[in-house]
Amino acid sequence: MRAPLSWLKEFAAIPSSLSPEAIAEAFIRVGFEVEEIIYQGRNLTGSLVIGEVLSIEEMTEFKKPIRYVGLNCGQAKTRFIICGASNFVVGDLVVVALPGVVLPGGAEIGRRETYGKVSDGMICSSRELGLSDEHAGIIVIAPGHASVGDDARETLFINDVIFDIAVNPDRGYALSIRGLAREIAAALNVAYVDPVDALRMLTFKDTGTGIKPVLKSGASTFHLRTLSNFNPKAPRPLWMTRRIEKMGMRSISLAVDITNYVMLELGQPLHAFDAKKISGSLTIGYVSKSERFTTLDGQERQIDSDNLMVMDDKHLLALAGTMGGRDSEITDTTTDLAVEAVRFDPSAIARNSRCHKLSTEASRRFERSVDPSLAEFASARCAQLLIELGGALHIQSLSAGVPIFAPIVELDPDYICRTLGMKVSTDAIRKILTTLGCDVAADFAVDPPSWRWDLSAPADFAEEVARMIGYDAIPSILPPRPKQASLTVAQKRRRAIAASLAAQGLSEVQTFPFTSDAIIESMGYEGERASTYRLANPMSEDYPVLRTHLLPGLAAVAQRNIGRGAKDIAIFEIGSIFRNSQRLIPAISPQLGHKPGKDEIAQIFSSVPVQHLHLGAILAGKVESESWRGKSRVFDLYDAIAHVERILELSHLTWVQERSDFAPWHPGRCVEFIIDGKPAAHAGELHPGVVSTFALPPRAVAFVVNLDALPDSAMVQARALGAMPAAIQDVALIVDNRVLARDVERALRQGAGPLLESISLFDRYEKLADGKISLAFTLTFRSPDRTLTGDEVSALRQAATERAASECGAVVRSA
Amino acid sequence: MREKEVAGWVSDAQNAFKAAQDLDQLKVARLAHAGDKSPVALASRGLGAMTPDEKSSFGKIIGDAKTAIASALANATATLEAARDSKILLDEIVDVTLPANRSHKGGLHPITIMKNEISDFFVNQGYSVQEGPEMESGWLNFDALNIPGDHPARTMQDTFFIEPLESGMVLRTQTSPVQIRTMLTSEPPIYIISPGRTFRADELDATHSPVFHQVEGLVVDRAITMAHLKGVLENFAQAMFGADVITRLRPSFFPFTEPSAEVDVFFNGQWIEWGGCGMVNPKVLQNCGIDTQIYSGFAFGMGVERTLMVRHGVTDMHEIVEGDVRFTRQFGIGL
Repeated sequence: MRAPLSWLKEFAAIPSSLSPEAIAEAFIRVGFEVEEIIYQGRNLTGSLVIGEVLSIEEMTEFKKPIRYVGLNCGQAKTRFIICGASNFVVGDLVVVALPGVVLPGGAEIGRRETYGKVSDGMICSSRELGLSDEHAGIIVIAPGHASVGDDARETLFINDVIFDIAVNPDRGYALSIRGLAREIAAALNVAYVDPVDALRMLTFKDTGTGIKPVLKSGASTFHLRTLSNFNPKAPRPLWMTRRIEKMGMRSISLAVDITNYVMLELGQPLHAFDAKKISGSLTIGYVSKSERFTTLDGQERQIDSDNLMVMDDKHLLALAGTMGGRDSEITDTTTDLAVEAVRFDPSAIARNSRCHKLSTEASRRFERSVDPSLAEFASARCAQLLIELGGALHIQSLSAGVPIFAPIVELDPDYICRTLGMKVSTDAIRKILTTLGCDVAADFAVDPPSWRWDLSAPADFAEEVARMIGYDAIPSILPPRPKQASLTVAQKRRRAIAASLAAQGLSEVQTFPFTSDAIIESMGYEGERASTYRLANPMSEDYPVLRTHLLPGLAAVAQRNIGRGAKDIAIFEIGSIFRNSQRLIPAISPQLGHKPGKDEIAQIFSSVPVQHLHLGAILAGKVESESWRGKSRVFDLYDAIAHVERILELSHLTWVQERSDFAPWHPGRCVEFIIDGKPAAHAGELHPGVVSTFALPPRAVAFVVNLDALPDSAMVQARALGAMPAAIQDVALIVDNRVLARDVERALRQGAGPLLESISLFDRYEKLADGKISLAFTLTFRSPDRTLTGDEVSALRQAATERAASECGAVVRSA
Repeated sequence: MREKEVAGWVSDAQNAFKAAQDLDQLKVARLAHAGDKSPVALASRGLGAMTPDEKSSFGKIIGDAKTAIASALANATATLEAARDSKILLDEIVDVTLPANRSHKGGLHPITIMKNEISDFFVNQGYSVQEGPEMESGWLNFDALNIPGDHPARTMQDTFFIEPLESGMVLRTQTSPVQIRTMLTSEPPIYIISPGRTFRADELDATHSPVFHQVEGLVVDRAITMAHLKGVLENFAQAMFGADVITRLRPSFFPFTEPSAEVDVFFNGQWIEWGGCGMVNPKVLQNCGIDTQIYSGFAFGMGVERTLMVRHGVTDMHEIVEGDVRFTRQFGIGL
């Protein structure tokens, strides 16, 4: 919403001494964000005068029509200027920039030779002067609206300051000069005159029978004024067209300009119909069956029973409060007018606007609630201007419905102090609310002004008082605080895991959780990982569903990094995944104003599917950078597996590992980590098909941990270490190559008993005959209270190998 | 007479040891002055032929001389050994400036780091960190927060809806549903922050992303006022932007707070819009069954990306969301 300072000053006694910046500050202080201050005319210097066109010489030898124009600029000699526009005739008044003028763009006008003539200045368009975007032709001023030699700056009201203000959606009343002037007057504590006051007394004599308004639904009041004898050729006054331009709108025709002008001034959108095109009465209501309807913008629209319409006895005439219809539009021959002024229900217009994706100056105001008393006065103002400027004759003004006003609110002044955390006297509260237009009774029953539908609860008044006092005046103190808080086990663990991965050379990335059916299929996902939720309105049709796994996103990021020159990949992401684990049921909407019942809360919570938090990572290429210290090996599946082992160890968990053919991993090279009988993580080499789909380095590996599947671990309790010496024994065992090292290790561990402190596989030799392999382990024994004798250790070692022999068919390899 | 002679042996030995340039020369000197054939050794062997008196007096002289020679030898040995060792070490000089670390450089995403930093600040103030689902019930994301059915946020242009539409399921547009969940399941006093990922149907450009992060705070307790809100925000702003940052509240509008405000910070010479805040609208507290006669509260919310961009000079949102590891690596594990 724009607001020219010159217009604000008509209603608010803003002192001239105040700078535009100080005025903007005041707007901001009371909650109106000034997005831009436009200093119109500031960058326009030199002599700008009104000239009369005396002669036009058409020059046709150039690519475009050029005119050599003789002008009377109030000087003794005729001035000749080359001009590219052709929207003027001899006798017209135009705006002439004399040599020496500097335009807002920085161009300086001089006396110069062009097109074989001497051009002694410039005839200006609106855009050249920085007044509007209009550049279809030069400015032509209607006769009688200026005199030759006048300073065009004054004629065109050029010098002005225009504030471009972002109005919050709860303050519809401020989408008008009336509303903004009231706010700035209150902010600056200066006098304010409500333009509506002068209109309350305005009456018109009936001279005939006007069109009858019928209000069926969707509005509270409907004023309809019928006028005739309007002169569509009457000139548009510059003060009005220039104000419309300053508001960022275009001047269209006198009748349309008048309705727009009144809307901008007072905040009430109006619509003028060609009265001759209305058959019977004018009705506001809903249609019973679907119809096609063409709006002013030429769009044919499907109207259904959801759309509030304005219609006559035969046709639809307007999409109510949003846009008029093409067929009842006023034209340059319209002489009879029906001016509609309605207080529409905000939700009805919001629905119209949303349904037809059509946001207009009118709909924006109606959606945000228009002053219910305004329709009468704004239409009076409109009729007054049509009569004054267009010579119209008032036929009859009729109305339907009664305005509905916001209810009275019982206010406790102390509530305001308690909310703001500062003492504000009841007198000060009363004064502020009165300034804003409220009627405040002795007992603080507050009747909000007609234009303030947003003031419905004590908290709303607290905000009014706060912004008028200034938020700066509110003290700043720290609240009482609970004694302590800490992160949860899961939150601490997530941080430790991420930090540890980062320290091990992995980079964390974040990807969008959107994917496609094709990607899900190409990864080979099955079961619940192949089933997800679909967006009704995706950003891109390429990614219409939610991800079920982190690896596709990570693979795409890996591919992007490789495309940007990365050779080796070590990336991870922590994020939610979405699996269609439960069917979505129609939502329930518990009544507001009190806490929903236990069952309702449970139903809402359980309607939201579980979304697990995963950690995923891809490793590809070299483990270390190639270096002067030597070559590096390539990541293999055991690097991925080792990461998961470290993560689970760091989380103080125990697990079981099993081979798995889980997609998108290589079916023979994936391990599943099982905790408490449930899969919690997978690691291994990616499926060659996936590697090639994403053009990853060969044998890329990956791991995924379902962080939500990791149970909280108990606090670690320290165990005595014991200072007794350790006894270390190596054993080499020959087993069948299908035997899992994990099983041999488990057998050794069980056989060795509690004195075994640790066990580690230090060699695996495959090149034995008959499909046999050799596994060599180091066993470390230690007793907490004595030195183990050689015989004891030999016995323990033997117990261990015997167990391995019986369970895994292991044969001790002799040296 | 003998005493003088013995003293000469001692000084000869000391001089010879001192003159030795290396351990080999010292060995020659040792054999000459402290070996079996040295004058002092020979004299020592001659003691046996002396009278007890002579033995007693001369024996002490010889003993002292031996001690002095041994001490001089030990000193010289230590000195020359040290010289030998240090020469070996000098010979072993290598170029210690060669690049040693060959492991890949990793890092945390700066959004993670910033979320952690903000969480730590509030945990230290006694707030707990609450999280909630990203795909969320529309009732929790909108209705309970006093966002009416015809609010623009509830249109397809602004919010991602999940099929079927009757489910009312959305990708949360803010982390505020976490506040509602907390208020529905616990009693005041409530002091929480809720960092997390949020979604709006905005096209990705230099300053917007359809997927971004917020940190919201909620306090509900007895006699909570807007002054408390100001205190917390000023403290928070100083923690994030430095002790001399200036904070400003501007009146604004949000359905879930009343009074509402925008929080601006004056940082690097300009006012930056940082977030929104306000006193929790009593309607929202009532929707959650909190007695507004006893309790009041405030809430605030900031964009994590915005904070990161402002504080760390990130000028293009694409860098935050694209996953280029060069972006992550700049930050290491701390900002």
